[in-house]
Amino acid sequence: MEILVCVKRVPDTAENEFELNGAGNDLDRDDLVYSVNEWDNYAVEEAIQMVDNVGGSVTVVTVGDDESEEVLRREMAMGANNGVLLSDDAFEGSDGNGIASILKAEIEKGNYDLILTGAQADEGAGQVGGMVAAMLDYPYASLVNKIDIIDDKKINVGREIEGGNQEMNELQLPCVLSIQTGINEPRYVGIRGIRKVAKVDIPVKGSADLGLDADSVGAAGAKTRRVDYFVPDMGEGAEMLEGSTDEIIGKLIEKLKAKGGL
Amino acid sequence: MTQIFAYVPFNNGQAEDVALEFPEAAKKIDASATLTAIVTGSGADLDSVAGEMSKIYGQVIKVDNEALAYPNAEVVRKALVNIVPEGSIVLVPHTTFGMDIAPGLSVKMDAAYAADIIDFQGAEGTTLKMIRQELGGAVSTHVTADISAGAVITVRPGAFAPVDGGSAGGTITDKSGDAGDLSSKRQFLEVVAAEIGDVDITKSDVLVSIGRGIEDEENIEVAQELAEAMNAVVSCSRPIVDAKWLEKSRQVGTSGQTVKPKVYMAMGISGSFQHLGGVKGNPFIVAVNKNPKAPIFQVADVGIVEDILEFMPELTEAISDL
Repeated sequence: MEILVCVKRVPDTAENEFELNGAGNDLDRDDLVYSVNEWDNYAVEEAIQMVDNVGGSVTVVTVGDDESEEVLRREMAMGANNGVLLSDDAFEGSDGNGIASILKAEIEKGNYDLILTGAQADEGAGQVGGMVAAMLDYPYASLVNKIDIIDDKKINVGREIEGGNQEMNELQLPCVLSIQTGINEPRYVGIRGIRKVAKVDIPVKGSADLGLDADSVGAAGAKTRRVDYFVPDMGEGAEMLEGSTDEIIGKLIEKLKAKGGL
Repeated sequence: MTQIFAYVPFNNGQAEDVALEFPEAAKKIDASATLTAIVTGSGADLDSVAGEMSKIYGQVIKVDNEALAYPNAEVVRKALVNIVPEGSIVLVPHTTFGMDIAPGLSVKMDAAYAADIIDFQGAEGTTLKMIRQELGGAVSTHVTADISAGAVITVRPGAFAPVDGGSAGGTITDKSGDAGDLSSKRQFLEVVAAEIGDVDITKSDVLVSIGRGIEDEENIEVAQELAEAMNAVVSCSRPIVDAKWLEKSRQVGTSGQTVKPKVYMAMGISGSFQHLGGVKGNPFIVAVNKNPKAPIFQVADVGIVEDILEFMPELTEAISDL
């Protein structure tokens, strides 16, 4: 099974407190900690486990700048065989459709049976996988939390749906799946693993290599644009309890008694 | 004239609540637009939902086909591409179904795509202005979409005020004949029901619910001790289940259980909308989080900025001494 996993470098929500910049229109990116999108680790782990079982190879790909190479290396340290960086000034400002168009061009240059993405990333749109599938006329399933390979023509996948239920589907290969967290336990990557792949060559491809019309991607091709970031006025919000921990606990216990919590 | 189509999903003959929220969303996009509900399915359930929708929407399109009996997103997408006129705006709820169908639908319609929209700020010409969130709700963004060739937009359930409905007296048009080829390379097999766990968190009046702030599996004991002192049950947010520290049956959220406790103790939970989507019945919410900017503080009744690993044992002790 030849598997391509699309990954993304994102601000780490567990490591950052997000603040706006001085102009108040973008995140203050100076001290942001970036890492690989959490969902993508599950997708890469799943791909590695499938290849361990049935053979083949795992390639990780991302659309980004030079700094995105580090997330490819991290996923290669997990066990992905190859990495590809799709990078070009013309890609900047792409919307989801633009990113999907760039990935589609790369997918068509390979011979993949299965394309995986994370179910969503930092923007929370969860859009790229479904768009790539539609562009390629491959079947698609989102929020996948189980994969059973039936044979080299089809797979069964479980989708996480509301209420903790699971929707089972049979998909013909090649297909595109977006992977939900919890499908597996992504392996730990240590410094030694990273060192092992530090010198592996990662090809970089731009719009000319991919045969893309520069106007179809990037800001020029984007129908959807982020104008700015802001912090909404949320009204009053919670009554914040302050003081020493003892004082806070005293106040909290009174409230819990009044509300039936104790 | 802008045409807006709202795709209304339903379960067991009951339309999802978002059916009442689409009209407000559509009004905020373009108050002069025509709004049409689309329902797809098969048989009596479909007819009953179409009937219900005609009380809320002026126009209802129904598409009846055996292949649509279960809403396989790939099949529904094919039907919609054939039925929705070019250049229209299609609204879909941002649910597991919406996430499945909407991105591909936008490609097939050659339309703009916007996901998980929580508010609209109207259109200027062909530029639609919208609000959504990023980074798990930590920040909001203004986004624009060029809707000159139409748009597919998923709207967040619960984000728009529901209409009363009841008296629209809408017309129902049967477009089953226009659905076209509904063959698919993806076949729906079955729905496997969620496993029932050792405790039923939906039955407890008080929940001590833990999130990422618990940091380590070993620390769950600290939450269990607090729960015992409060005669409560421990529940959790998604990352705890993903890490396999607690059973799936203890997960609160749209992809887990829906709970209606009297008191909800959100311990180290940031408060994503997927998590809060599982907390119903307007409980008294106590949030403890060391990040003062955690979104949970916007919905909680009482907030405390502390590290739960230090705070919970002290609270347990104080309650035990009562």
